Amino acid sequence: MASKIKIRAKSKNGVTTVKSLMSHVMETGLRKDQQTGDLIPAHFIQEVTAKWNDQVVMTANWSGGVSKNPYLSFKFNGGEPGDTIEIAWVDNTGASETGTAEIK
Amino acid sequence: MIDAKRRLLLKGSLGAGAVGLAVGAGLLAPRAVLAAWPEAAFKATDTATALTDLMGSDAAETSDAVKIKAPDIAENGAVVPVTVEGDIEGAKSIAIIASGNNTPLIASFDLGENTLPFVSTRIKMAKTADVVAVVQTDSGLLSNAKSVKVTIGGCGG
Repeated sequence: MASKIKIRAKSKNGVTTVKSLMSHVMETGLRKDQQTGDLIPAHFIQEVTAKWNDQVVMTANWSGGVSKNPYLSFKFNGGEPGDTIEIAWVDNTGASETGTAEIK
Repeated sequence: MIDAKRRLLLKGSLGAGAVGLAVGAGLLAPRAVLAAWPEAAFKATDTATALTDLMGSDAAETSDAVKIKAPDIAENGAVVPVTVEGDIEGAKSIAIIASGNNTPLIASFDLGENTLPFVSTRIKMAKTADVVAVVQTDSGLLSNAKSVKVTIGGCGG
């Protein structure tokens, strides 16, 4: 089952490193369709929220300037193997996705 | 009559009351509520305006404590890996800017209490330019820049 958000979280020496990959076209709205010549409408993740158990560890605001299929990595103090990492995004059309993983 | 005016007054106080209530009820972390998508900052066509809209000021002090890891030459401007890291006390947020893009502000990351000043992602760069990272702390803005050569522009052009 391909998840739209892949997460790897590892805890070492009291620091948890999270690496995630999200599936999203991240269209800037500036590209033209090769066939029709029309502008492809902007369609990109605007907000990403990352949680460790129930605590928000990061919120990110993005523009279409983030690459397609965004990669995001961050680190925080704390986290034990078995804790939950949740990453959720909302894009400019209002669509959203959430993915979770356990810290290893 | 009076009610309408009261409502207007209450609304006008930037919804601070509502935020306070929500925060008090432990429902929302302050950052989550106040960070509605900063449209003006993302639409700004120059770095100074973007920073002022995003962080309230564009007065950033260049500091080697802000480390930017990005390729010297990006083969593909659509996917330029950028890592920003800093040994910085009290870092609250990090912004990544591609100064050669039409709208230079690419992304902003608000750091939680225990979160380290470290963020890594991949960005689009329209052309050879500086990647600028700005870290917001309680005592001001720190920034650094790294020049990245782009051989093929990143916006599909």
